[in-house]
Amino acid sequence: MGGYGDVQMIDENGIRVDGRGPGDLRPVSIETGVIPVADGSARVIWGTNHAVAAVYGPMECHPRKIQRQDRAVLDVRYNMAPFSTTDRMRPGFNRRSREISKVTADALESVVLLEMYPRCKVRVEIEILCAEAGTRCVGLTAASVALAHAGIPMTDMVVSVASGKINDVVVCDLNKEEDNYGEADLPMGILPNSGELVFLQMDGDLSQAEFQQAWDYNMEAAMVVHQIMVDALKGGDA
Amino acid sequence: MSASMVMKDGRVARPDNMSVSNDAGGPRNQGRASLLVAPGEDLGESEGHEAGHGVLEMDGRLRATKHGRVNDNGTEIAIEPLRTAYIPRPSDLVIGYVEGCTNNIWFIDIGAPFNAILPMSLGPGKAAFGGTRSIMDIGEAVLCRVQEVEETHSSVVTMKGMGLRKIRSGNIEQVDPHLLGRLIGKGGKALRQLKEDTDCRIIVADNGRVWIDGEFDGIVSARDQLKAMSDDAKSIGVDA
Repeated sequence: MGGYGDVQMIDENGIRVDGRGPGDLRPVSIETGVIPVADGSARVIWGTNHAVAAVYGPMECHPRKIQRQDRAVLDVRYNMAPFSTTDRMRPGFNRRSREISKVTADALESVVLLEMYPRCKVRVEIEILCAEAGTRCVGLTAASVALAHAGIPMTDMVVSVASGKINDVVVCDLNKEEDNYGEADLPMGILPNSGELVFLQMDGDLSQAEFQQAWDYNMEAAMVVHQIMVDALKGGDA
Repeated sequence: MSASMVMKDGRVARPDNMSVSNDAGGPRNQGRASLLVAPGEDLGESEGHEAGHGVLEMDGRLRATKHGRVNDNGTEIAIEPLRTAYIPRPSDLVIGYVEGCTNNIWFIDIGAPFNAILPMSLGPGKAAFGGTRSIMDIGEAVLCRVQEVEETHSSVVTMKGMGLRKIRSGNIEQVDPHLLGRLIGKGGKALRQLKEDTDCRIIVADNGRVWIDGEFDGIVSARDQLKAMSDDAKSIGVDA
C-alpha cells in the first residue's frame, strides 16, 4: 500500500469514486440453492463481486490422515476463476488462495458444531467468478449461507465485511480503486448475534481512532448483510 | 474475544440491543405454528423449555443451529430442518446398496456419511466363508435394519428380521429424509392414499429411499408424485 497518496478518491463532501458516502455498502444480493447437486449452496453478488459457494457433506473423511476421531474437519477451498479479473488469473492453488482458504476455514470452525459429526468431513468450495476487492469477505459470507442451507448445525452465521482508509478518511466496504490505491484495509468476520469476531486481518496502517471507526463501520455493515443472508435463507431456493 | 469490549456504546452488536433479541420470546412468540429460522437466531429464554433437535442453550437463551422450521410442543423447542444429512439411528429401516465385501462382511451404502457393515452372521441365508458375493453381489439393493450405531458413526445393519431381504424387483427412489413425515402423512394416511392410487407396494425407509414395486404405469405415477412432493417442499412457504 502507499505510493499512490496523490490519487484523490474521496471529495470534500465525502463522496467516493462510485458515488457512495464513507459508511455505505455496495449493493448486496444473495441467493440459495444455485448448485442443485450440492447439499447446500449460495451465490453472493456484492457490488461487482460474484461468489458461489457449495457445501458437500458431512461425508466420510478422505484422506484418512486428516480425519479426527472427535469431530469433523472442514475442507475449505477458495478459488478465483481465471476470468474473474482483468488480467487472467492463473488457474490452480496459489499462495493467496491457500491463505484465504485457511482463514476462512478457521473462521467457520468457530461456529460450525463439528463435534456432532466425528470422523466426517464437510467440503466447502468457494469460487470467485468476478472479483472487485473484498473477495475473501464475499467468499466467507457465501460459505456461511451455503453451510446453513446445507443444514450443517452452527451457532451463528459469519458475516464478513471490510473497511479501510483512503486519502486519510476511513470508509466502509472498499471497491477496487480504493483497495488498490488506498492506505489500509481491515477485513473482519463477525458473528452478528453475539458481536464476536472470528476473523480479522489488517493490510496497511490505521491509528487507534481510525481502527475504531473502521471497526464500527464493519459492525454496522455486518448487521445489514446479516439481514440479507437471513432473508435469502427464508425466501427459498433460486 | 468479545467485540463489545472494544466498541463504543450504542454501536455495539450485543445480544441485548439487537432487534431480534429485544422481544423476550423470540420468533416463537409470533403466533405462527411453523416459523422459519436461520442458524444463530434467538429463540427466546430457555426457562421452562428443553432444547430439542437443532437447538442449543447458550447463556440461558435458546438458539437455533439449523435452517428450518421451529416446532414448539410446549416443553421442547426443536427445529425441523429444511435440508439435512441422514444420520443412522438404531432400529431404522433402511434401503442400502452393497458397495463392497470381504470374505465375511458386506459393506452397505445407506446414504449416511459412512458405510454400514453387514456381517455374514446377520446376513440372509447361509454361506460358506468367502461366499459373500454369491449371495449378494456389489450393486444389489437390500432392505435392512440398523442394529447398532457407534458414537463415531460406524454402524452395523442386520437382515435378520421380518421382511428384511434383498430387493429384486421394482424401483428405488430417493427423497430427502426430512420429507418422509410429509410423504407418510398423519397416521400413514398420505402413504396409504399413494399406495391405493398407484396400486403399488411401497416401502419407505428411514434413510429417504423409497422402494416402489408394481405395474409399470403405477411405478411411473408414484415416481411423479414423489418428485412433485420434493419440488413442492423446496419452495419455502408451503407448510410441512
